[in-house]
Amino acid sequence: MSKRKADFEYEKSFSYKFNTWLSGTEDPYVGKVEMKKQHHRKTDEATIQERMREHHKLREKVYDVDNKMVVSFNKLYKVFAIIFCIFLFLLLAWNVSYLPPLGAADKAVNNEVPKRYIESGIEETGAINFVTGMILDYRAFDTLGESNVLFCATITVLILLQITDKKKKKTDEDMIFEPHDDPILKLSAKVLVPVIMIFGVYVVLNGHLSPGGGFSGGAIIGAGLILYQNAFGFSKAKLIFNEKTYKSISACALLTYCLCKTYSFFTGANHLDSHIPLGIPGHILSSGLILILNICVGMVVACTMYTFYVMFRKGDF
Amino acid sequence: MTVFQILLMIFLLVCAIAVSFSKNLLNSLLIYMSFSLIMSVLWICLESPDLGITEAAVGAGVTSILFFATLRKIRAIDVQREADIDEDDIIEEEHTENK
Repeated sequence: MSKRKADFEYEKSFSYKFNTWLSGTEDPYVGKVEMKKQHHRKTDEATIQERMREHHKLREKVYDVDNKMVVSFNKLYKVFAIIFCIFLFLLLAWNVSYLPPLGAADKAVNNEVPKRYIESGIEETGAINFVTGMILDYRAFDTLGESNVLFCATITVLILLQITDKKKKKTDEDMIFEPHDDPILKLSAKVLVPVIMIFGVYVVLNGHLSPGGGFSGGAIIGAGLILYQNAFGFSKAKLIFNEKTYKSISACALLTYCLCKTYSFFTGANHLDSHIPLGIPGHILSSGLILILNICVGMVVACTMYTFYVMFRKGDF
Repeated sequence: MTVFQILLMIFLLVCAIAVSFSKNLLNSLLIYMSFSLIMSVLWICLESPDLGITEAAVGAGVTSILFFATLRKIRAIDVQREADIDEDDIIEEEHTENK
């Protein structure tokens, strides 16, 4: 037999609140949600007339409605635009008809390169996912260039969009960029952000075993960071990601990548041989350098995505 | 090609046409996001899940968020801002009435 609860204790419990809410005796919003009176905005008849007259004046001044040359030019422009679009569409469709059928044996891409990748890819790279094996082993040098391009793009955005003026920081403009206290967004971010982050880390770490890899995993982590910032504001996001973190993480990741992949210049630029045992294909600690390179690319991409967003949004971390 | 893929292709066409014909920039952005999402499902149907994940994360996620931020910066979409300004006006009016 269970003890009966005291009344004041029962009134605090969830079941009491739920029951009152269900039976409709208590409005759950009263006293908990900020409510504002609705206002009607009245505008005078005279100001409406004045605005309409101004609009009409502006239209006549800007568009020059009476000019027949302009009107005919506009019509011609539309006709030519449509004709050009149809012509482009037909040209592309005509070109598509010349493409070889899917899976034809005499296609240009059916040469020895993809054959080599498919036949001996697992032995040579140790990665089950051919795409990652291709990107980060056979063509790792291209991926190094791509990561550097991303880094350069971020630096350009930082140079162009960063607000360095210290006086400008404490203005009303800043308040616009802060999120309003939104309980729905906050709760959904609380639930979603950890899942997104863990999925991103999984995609990065399992790049050589399952679909995905550094780039897509990094983009997922960046999207999770952006969601966190949107829900909790710049002041909290600053605690986990600021300019110093960006600089150190992306510089370290790029330097690691460069060290891993450019030493082959000094050994004759023959093959990007790493001397790390490839391990058993299918294990997480396998395929030599690919795991390390995936982590580097993922970190660079995540930093780039978040920095782009912050720079476009506010111009400062 | 299954019926599902043909349906997705038709959705793609509808999205591509609707983006250029919608007058509201916010609407066209949302249609663009759905275009990327349909495209990512199509990539998975075409047996390239790598591309599908990347498309969903970059096309539907980060690119459209950057578009949102840019459009807000150039004040092409500023619904929230207008609402704020209205509230401020009303508060000021109340103050003056109280005085």
